[in-house]
Amino acid sequence: MSQVTLVIDDVEVKADRGMTILQAARNAGADVPTLCSHEKLAAYGACRLCTVEVIRGQQSQLVASCVCPVEDGLIVNTESEPVIRGRKMLLELLWARAPGVQALRKYGIKYGIAGVQAGTEYGVIPGISTAETKFDIEPTFCVLCGLCVRYCAEVKNRNAIGFIGRGTEREVVFFPEIAAKECPNCGEECYPLCPTGALPLHHALVKAQYSA
Amino acid sequence: MAKLNSAAHLKKLRQLILDRDDGKRVVSVTNGTDGRTRHSEVVVQAFVSEIKKQGLAGKIIVKSTGCHGFCEQEPTALILPEEICYVGVKPEDVPEIVSQTLAKDKVIERLLYEDPVSGQRITKESEIPFYKSQNQTVLGNNRFLDMKKIDDYIALGGYSALAKALFEMTPEGVIEEVKSSGLRGRGGAGFPTGVKWGFCRNAPGQPKYVIVNCDEGDPGAYMDRSLTEGNPNSVLEGLLIGAYAIGAHEGYIYVRAEYPLAVENLKTAMKQAEEYGLLGENIIGSGFNFNVHIHRGAGAFVCGEETALIASLEGKIGEPRQRPPFPATSGLWGKPTNINNVETWATVPLIINRGARWFKSLGTQGSKGTKIFSLVGNLNNTGLVEVAMGIPLGDIVFKIGGGIPGGKEFKAVQTGGPSGGVIPRSLLDTPVDYEELTQLGSIMGSGGMIVMDEDTCLVDVARYFLNFLAGESCGRCVPCREGIYQMLKILNRICEGDGREGDIESLEEIGQTVRDFSLCALGKTAPNPVLSTIRYFRDEYEAHIKEKRCPALACKELISYYIEPDKCQACLICLRECPAQAITGGKKITHVINQSKCTKCGTCLEVCPPRFGAVTKLSGVKVPEPVRQEVAVTQK
Repeated sequence: MSQVTLVIDDVEVKADRGMTILQAARNAGADVPTLCSHEKLAAYGACRLCTVEVIRGQQSQLVASCVCPVEDGLIVNTESEPVIRGRKMLLELLWARAPGVQALRKYGIKYGIAGVQAGTEYGVIPGISTAETKFDIEPTFCVLCGLCVRYCAEVKNRNAIGFIGRGTEREVVFFPEIAAKECPNCGEECYPLCPTGALPLHHALVKAQYSA
Repeated sequence: MAKLNSAAHLKKLRQLILDRDDGKRVVSVTNGTDGRTRHSEVVVQAFVSEIKKQGLAGKIIVKSTGCHGFCEQEPTALILPEEICYVGVKPEDVPEIVSQTLAKDKVIERLLYEDPVSGQRITKESEIPFYKSQNQTVLGNNRFLDMKKIDDYIALGGYSALAKALFEMTPEGVIEEVKSSGLRGRGGAGFPTGVKWGFCRNAPGQPKYVIVNCDEGDPGAYMDRSLTEGNPNSVLEGLLIGAYAIGAHEGYIYVRAEYPLAVENLKTAMKQAEEYGLLGENIIGSGFNFNVHIHRGAGAFVCGEETALIASLEGKIGEPRQRPPFPATSGLWGKPTNINNVETWATVPLIINRGARWFKSLGTQGSKGTKIFSLVGNLNNTGLVEVAMGIPLGDIVFKIGGGIPGGKEFKAVQTGGPSGGVIPRSLLDTPVDYEELTQLGSIMGSGGMIVMDEDTCLVDVARYFLNFLAGESCGRCVPCREGIYQMLKILNRICEGDGREGDIESLEEIGQTVRDFSLCALGKTAPNPVLSTIRYFRDEYEAHIKEKRCPALACKELISYYIEPDKCQACLICLRECPAQAITGGKKITHVINQSKCTKCGTCLEVCPPRFGAVTKLSGVKVPEPVRQEVAVTQK
């Protein structure tokens, strides 16, 4: 396979053509955060945390590195000022939805988001008050990364989980008629993928329906 | 009718139609969706039966046409060739029009358009100020076409551009012509059309597809609807030319669910075009084959975004995906696909017929040709306007739109629909041009143009558009889904008098992230209404936050209605009309609004006789303590 040469964080690296910038950057040792990316799944580009700054000639652009292929001569900055600023904002926005969850805490500490020090490790967080976060908390504890939905569709080919609703109404649901048939056989392979721990709760609700 | 088998055959057919209709008078009645809200169908019927009754059958052709542009005056009846234009025609006016104007050439004064600015009655359509400064090249044919008759289109020279492309030009030649014309996408992004076609033609993979994007969703915008309804054949012809240039043999027209008449007229046009051999196999005997299908959307705004539209066509959830790959290389079912907006397609036949040089002669350095805008809001004249690019915004608002009614002041114009920006009075001499508008923090968009007067609160406007976008974001990517939501919450707070220090900065900060980090154009442009209003009307935001005052007196939570005791004549009108029974007082006793009961509906202000003018709106100040005093009634 042919290779391209690009500069990632001031270091010249080689990468296979067809690779994404995210893969190349991680190979080069860059710490690029992601929530919706998974090696077994097609790139999705939804969490936008992996956004990096890409310079082509005179033009600088912010792109989601998980869906952007490497090119010869690209200059990539994975932690430039606008990148860090945006990532921090995205984490703060997500934190208001899923406060206290481990996956966000990990990144939250690195990027210094408000309220990240308080609270417990997982799930509901008695320690967090609105005053400690940038935005009013309206927890749903799901960041809508879609890992479960896409794993069920792309790897298991079962489509027992899906999205419903639009915009902020969007949520992950188990479709009872499919889940009742498929989920018991699969062994809950999607659970460990969930970065927030919200998935087993969603499932429990539907399980209660179909096992009743 | 036999299928057309050569360019000469098409010419012959055209001559046949021209001879058939030669010397006949035409009554064009606007009967599009806008006209039908005012019973234009009955008006058309009335003309047909009245002409028969008065013995004029065979001498006069009644055409049921799409919108001519001046929608607010519809139904209009345009009498050709004299161009006499009657507005607001009712079925009961029809016998008079037939007996006076059609039979005796007498103009009926009372049905003519009265210019609200000068008060003059105007006979000829082209002399109405609304049309005078326009340059209707794409939309203009609507008035000569019966929506359901392909013959009318052919009589105007329709499908001759297709014949020219098929018989006199190579596909590459067509692309070169479109490239050289400088035509840019009319759907919003303004990408050069010819270049896009070239990408798709040169992309590996077969088959290739062409798509018409008629998923027009901006509130208050209806350019594409009127074109598709009124002149469906121009869209089809443009699509055919594009398909030939790109090498596609199959196309889709994606029409939003809310446009049933557009679908109906497209279907009629397709059927008639097929009968003439202008669609299907071996088109006009050229050997070129092309088929087209109509797909109806299901009501999602985001499906106007090309990748979401394609997903929806494929039967998937209408959600955008990351580009690249662009549809030109991997579009519908992974095949090279070219997608253009209705107006872009409808412009193509004109370019092929009249040449790139003609098209280039209109417009500015970077934006060529004409553009249709949907001009709405606080204006004397509203409707669809088509102007050459480069015309100053102020000319559209004042010359064509006739300025602001009721002696009010112009405040701002919003261009580009919900994801466009607001442009203040000081920048009204800005020419209409893709780059110029972008520089001002707005966009050309698909052509929405909303004019606002001094009574409009721009914080509230930003909130309105953001609320629309919050409901229409697909919710896939974080910045758009969560960012718009948090911005909306802050705006709601500000409008409700709960604004905090730092809110403006927060809005700017979130807005920047939403703009730079979102996946598709919906998110990337969503902060525009907020960022542009902050840019030009920051003082209004500050008044809301710091003084809890709405300068335009529009935000309900920040205003109070107050009856000035010195002006109140104790007439009891407001007291009786108040639906909340919040007004106390009595005969000869000044009226007082009980602020805790008041729902701020504004009825008292509306009903207070103008000669008293006792009710006012207050904002940012404390409502004075009530004084109850006896009035010496002075009858003015």
